[in-house]
Amino acid sequence: MLDRPHLPDNANGLASARAAACTLDVRGLTLEIKGERLVDGIDLSLPSDALTVIMGPNGAGKSLLLRLLHGLIAPSAGSIAWGGLPLDAAVRARQAMVFQRAVLLRRSVAANIEFVLKLKRGAGGTRRDALLRHVGLFEKRHQPARLLSGGEQQRLALARALATDPDMLFLDEPTANLDPASVALIEDTVVDAHRRGTKVIFVTHDIGQARRLADEIVFMHRGRVVEHAAADRFLCDPDSEAAQAYLDGRIVL
Amino acid sequence: MQDLGEAFRVAFALVMSADPDLMEIVVLSLQVSLVAMLVACAIGLPLGALIAITRFPGRGAVLVVVNALMGLPPVVVGLLVYLHLSRAGPFGWLGLLYTPTAMIIAQVILITPIIIALSRQVLEDLHTEYAEQFRSLSVPQHTAIGALLWDGRFALLTVALAGFGRAVAEVGAVIIVGGNIDHLTRVMTTAIALETSKGDLALALALGLVLLTIALTVNALVMSLRMTADRHAHA
Repeated sequence: MLDRPHLPDNANGLASARAAACTLDVRGLTLEIKGERLVDGIDLSLPSDALTVIMGPNGAGKSLLLRLLHGLIAPSAGSIAWGGLPLDAAVRARQAMVFQRAVLLRRSVAANIEFVLKLKRGAGGTRRDALLRHVGLFEKRHQPARLLSGGEQQRLALARALATDPDMLFLDEPTANLDPASVALIEDTVVDAHRRGTKVIFVTHDIGQARRLADEIVFMHRGRVVEHAAADRFLCDPDSEAAQAYLDGRIVL
Repeated sequence: MQDLGEAFRVAFALVMSADPDLMEIVVLSLQVSLVAMLVACAIGLPLGALIAITRFPGRGAVLVVVNALMGLPPVVVGLLVYLHLSRAGPFGWLGLLYTPTAMIIAQVILITPIIIALSRQVLEDLHTEYAEQFRSLSVPQHTAIGALLWDGRFALLTVALAGFGRAVAEVGAVIIVGGNIDHLTRVMTTAIALETSKGDLALALALGLVLLTIALTVNALVMSLRMTADRHAHA
């Protein structure tokens, strides 16, 4: 664990209290495009106090599921509810997402955070600086964001997501192709956010990362959830042949 | 070729002597076209951004119309503005005909579609990059438009320049609504037309060279701005 400045809670109170006892309930979630079922009737209950990692081979539908859960794509069928509330604008406003490739505004590092803080009427300069210190970018706050390295850009994207003070944080392979130090810092920040009460759903191909982060693992294959189990159990002794093949590094048929 | 050589000599002499008549014409040309460009940008950039980020029935038709309007014939615009501003027209009471304001109005009508169409293209490309992130952050539409305009500002400068270039080089509309009145509405293009009709080709070419120099200078300034932007990764 890296020794980094403590991230203060925002003005709305302790994060740990807000998501308590909430569950993300998914029922019959389906996405069909041109007759092809890309996400096929998924049922899931993801408790807020577990850090969920979604795994599966390429094309399994992991990223699509994440986008559906975040409301970026409308499902063909099924429902999503957070704490019993349907996924409407109010619920979506309390979610944030970090994409595989950081999309940063053509502005300075600090201005990228300020954009979100203004949007959410956040606490301004103090919180901005705290977030930047938290991800190790305070010294680079005046630099153009797009001149940062890949790892720094992704850390900024994560800080910007956390600036929304989300109840739920989706991460779509945020550490793909990053150096070990950036991976460690991002993982550390994500775990910290989880401990502070943010429900984290993390997509990764990295089995080591899943081992480090996950409380529970959702394994997908061909648009379906094949397994949903505690991380230890899944990683040691998966039920399905597809999951075993995936963990062994074999081609998943 | 003799005329061209003479033109260079006359142009050089005019510029070096800071001929007051020439300066008056150049300043008025720049004033009219710069104000027209600013007004067209104030109208065209938000509209271009709105079309770039929204999807609505008939959007394709709107794009076709806006693109078609980029090729508006200046004399037709001049005639329409003339009809509206002449004493018998609906806005005749304003007394704007044969004033720089009438010329600005004509140029705004000419270049606003250019600003809309080109900014829509620039901002749609930028929005393609930002769209999912904006949806994720639940960014309201007016904030998204503001962010796109700000982040695309260096590319939009080129768009504004295209509008300015069209305005400052245009003669058909401003000669109809401005009347090419000496010391009042005479700009470089109308002066060139006048001197050509009078047979003073050297002076006409000299004015043309000054016009070209202004266009080159503005382009060079914008290019250097864009290169600065590239260096700072804002482009």
